[in-house]
Amino acid sequence: MTTPLAGYLLVAALLFAIGLGGALVRRNAILVLIGIELMLNAANLNLIAFWRYGPHPEALTGMMFAIFSIAVAAAEAAVGLGLVIAIYRHTNTTELDKIDRMKG
Amino acid sequence: MSPIFYLLAAITLAGGLASVLLKHLVHCALAVTVAFAGLALLFLELDAQFAGFAQILVYIGAVAILIVFAILLTRGSELPKGGVFSSTWLVGLVIAAGVFAVLGWAVLASVNAIPQSNIVPSVTVHDIGIALVGRYVLPLEIVALLLTAATIGAVIVAMHEKKERPQ
Amino acid sequence: MLASGVIALLKQPHRKLASSLAIGSLGFSLLLSLIAFCHVVSGWTHGAAVRETVGFTWFHFEGTTVDLGWVLDPLSAIMLVMVAVVGLLIFIYSVGYMAHDENFTRFFCFLSLFAGAMLGVVISNSLLLLFMCWEIVGLTSYLLIGFWYQKPSAAAAAKKAFVTTRVGDIFFFLGTVWLFSQTGTLLFYNHGVGSLDPLSLAILTTQHAGLGLSAAGAIALLIFAGAVGKSGQLPLHVWLPDAMEGPTPVSALIHAATMVAAGVYLVARVYPLMSIGAASNGTTAALTVVTWVGAATAVFAALIAIAQNDIKRILAYSTVSQLGYMMAGLGLGGVAVGMFHLITHAFFKGLLFLGAGSVIHGCHEEQDVRRMGGLRADMPLTFITYAIGMLALCGFPIFFSGFWSKDGILEAAKHSSAIKGPFYLLVFGALLTAFYMTRQVCYVFLGYWRGHKPAHESPKIMTLPLAILAFFAMALGLIGTPAWPWFHAFLEGRAAKFSFHGFVEPGLLLLMATSSLVVFLGLGFGWWLYGNKSPKPEEPDALEKSVPWLWAALRDRLYVDEFYGMTVIAFYYWWARVADWLDRRVWGGIVSFVAWLFALWAQLNRLLDINWVDGGFDKTCGEISEGGGLLASLQNGRVQSYLRILAVAVVALAVILFWSSRP
Repeated sequence: MTTPLAGYLLVAALLFAIGLGGALVRRNAILVLIGIELMLNAANLNLIAFWRYGPHPEALTGMMFAIFSIAVAAAEAAVGLGLVIAIYRHTNTTELDKIDRMKG
Repeated sequence: MSPIFYLLAAITLAGGLASVLLKHLVHCALAVTVAFAGLALLFLELDAQFAGFAQILVYIGAVAILIVFAILLTRGSELPKGGVFSSTWLVGLVIAAGVFAVLGWAVLASVNAIPQSNIVPSVTVHDIGIALVGRYVLPLEIVALLLTAATIGAVIVAMHEKKERPQ
Repeated sequence: MLASGVIALLKQPHRKLASSLAIGSLGFSLLLSLIAFCHVVSGWTHGAAVRETVGFTWFHFEGTTVDLGWVLDPLSAIMLVMVAVVGLLIFIYSVGYMAHDENFTRFFCFLSLFAGAMLGVVISNSLLLLFMCWEIVGLTSYLLIGFWYQKPSAAAAAKKAFVTTRVGDIFFFLGTVWLFSQTGTLLFYNHGVGSLDPLSLAILTTQHAGLGLSAAGAIALLIFAGAVGKSGQLPLHVWLPDAMEGPTPVSALIHAATMVAAGVYLVARVYPLMSIGAASNGTTAALTVVTWVGAATAVFAALIAIAQNDIKRILAYSTVSQLGYMMAGLGLGGVAVGMFHLITHAFFKGLLFLGAGSVIHGCHEEQDVRRMGGLRADMPLTFITYAIGMLALCGFPIFFSGFWSKDGILEAAKHSSAIKGPFYLLVFGALLTAFYMTRQVCYVFLGYWRGHKPAHESPKIMTLPLAILAFFAMALGLIGTPAWPWFHAFLEGRAAKFSFHGFVEPGLLLLMATSSLVVFLGLGFGWWLYGNKSPKPEEPDALEKSVPWLWAALRDRLYVDEFYGMTVIAFYYWWARVADWLDRRVWGGIVSFVAWLFALWAQLNRLLDINWVDGGFDKTCGEISEGGGLLASLQNGRVQSYLRILAVAVVALAVILFWSSRP
């Protein structure tokens, strides 16, 4: 790692992998959402890192993107968790393995 | 690489790992909060102050609380019978490892192609504000719409179920 | 012939219609034949020999043609009139005789068909057409003999008739084919190029056929063999007595007057073939054979006739005997002599048969003469006509036609320088004829009634034809007397004169006296033995008492039938058994083997089908469903598995992109 950018990128990649692994491995639906948040954060890190070490940082592109991404992630988390609660009320469980009925 | 970087990276990664490996859901929620905090500090390290504070405000202040609420409302404190990990956890692990491998290889293979500039950008909130309503006014409006829709949607989704709940 | 076709389509109840159609059409034919006859006569009186032909082509092959046609000359004209007259009278008679029978319409259908075919035989100009009509005549005789087919004896008799005449017909056909191959035509007369015209005859006589015969002679003998079968000559006579199983009108028409006469007519027709190339003794080999066969038959049949007890069978054997006379006449004296006897015989034998039918009808279907008797009082009209017929048959002098015709034959026999034997045979035959006929008449009409129920006279519709025939039986003799040989001249195309000069030929008066003496001898002998006595049916016959062994032999028809049964029929049975064995074992075995092979092949196919085709197909289907099941498991509704797949896909995409963009 000769440049700081590579370091940040690697951290982001590792975080992303951890988030993905958690989403795939755990049973609980909420933990899947946690994993997804982690993945989104890793992507944000990527963005900021590129903004800082890339060309034309004065264009604020990376920063803007990251800010918007945070906003969207928040909205998505809200809706997703609302869904989980609704499903919990319906089926009385949060285990994803048990929620596989595709019929309405 | 400065030692601060390593420290902050370590905190973030540890928080993330913990959040996916711990048994109790509440512990997971707390761990992910730690991860969020670490990320915010990393943003500050990268001279993206606004992003860092926004991260703290939104993620730690809202998303993490939301997660805790969800855990509370879905009786997440009870441990499931068959263990917290699904029966095919190895596959997920392999896939995650594969993804990391690919990304890492991409990074390492192309790191020399990126021109590095060590100019420290000075970004003020004023600049960000002007950019928001100037250049990025469209995304701003759309995100505003999105946030409104998400709020209303979440309320409807949760409220609808409330109505059907037998008293 | 048209009438027969129409009647065949009619239903049973239309009896009046059927009979009137048949009689009407035959009457029409009679009219036509009379017209034709007058035409010929007028041509003859003007001094020319009349011979007209009408021909048409039937089909071509390989450059030759097969023609058919009709001829009108004195011979055919005479036959036409005779067949039409006698046929018509018998038709009328049948209306009465068959009145009780339920198959009335079928009877007339067959009768019409027969009449049509017979007329066809008579007027045909082509040997082939003659043969075809000949066959139809044989067919209808089969149908009519076996008319009451429910009786097994009738069916057997019909079969026997057909088969026996068939044997003769084979030779006939061989002769026809030979003639065609040699002369290229089957027409008799065809403006000089027909097969009987001098040109062809010259060709035929120069060819030799072995056994000292010329081709003409050989062909003639083959054709004569056909006549032997049809006319019941020795040795093919065995069917004629059995043919009496048919109804009496059938016997009268077919076996007395017309069909059996067809054989004689045939010989007369091909007479030029037979007589060409006459040797120095005035006759040919063919004619010699004809004469001897005829004479032998005459005596043979007469002998058997003496010992028969069935009224129709006596007449049947008498017919065979008289046919022998005709053949001998043809052989010795030529066409005119034989044909004259044919014409007269047609009338008086027809009369005799119809009279016998009347007797049978009156005696309530009784046919055994030993149970009849004294019918002179009960059936006077029948008796008179029957007596006339009988005397004509015997050849009673002067008034009866039989005398003149038989005398003609005897005269020709006497004058023949080559063969002497037949004359004595024929004289002996005349004696026998008179004898058996007297016996029959005595049994039937004289003495007293020995039957069960009393007899009655027949209705007018039956007795009228009897009377007409009786008249002809007497009158026809006049046209053939030596004083006025109208008949002979007519046939030969000469002019005829009426003068008593004809009687003065040397030896003629002596001959007439001799034959009359013979007749009286026969009559007297018969009267002496049988006279007014009527022995009981169970008693043996008078003659039987004296020579029992001879009587037995004669009654059993001299064992000809038994001989045939042992040789020919036995051979055929053996042959049929061999063929059957062959069929069942050999051919049947081959067929079964082939079938077994096919079954084996089918089994093989089935195995192949089940194991390979079906199995392969089933396996493929199984695998496809498993694959489908596999794919369906992707859609399990589990979010995490979807996520997994998503991640894998992203990874793959990334790898591809990076790989492709490497420098």
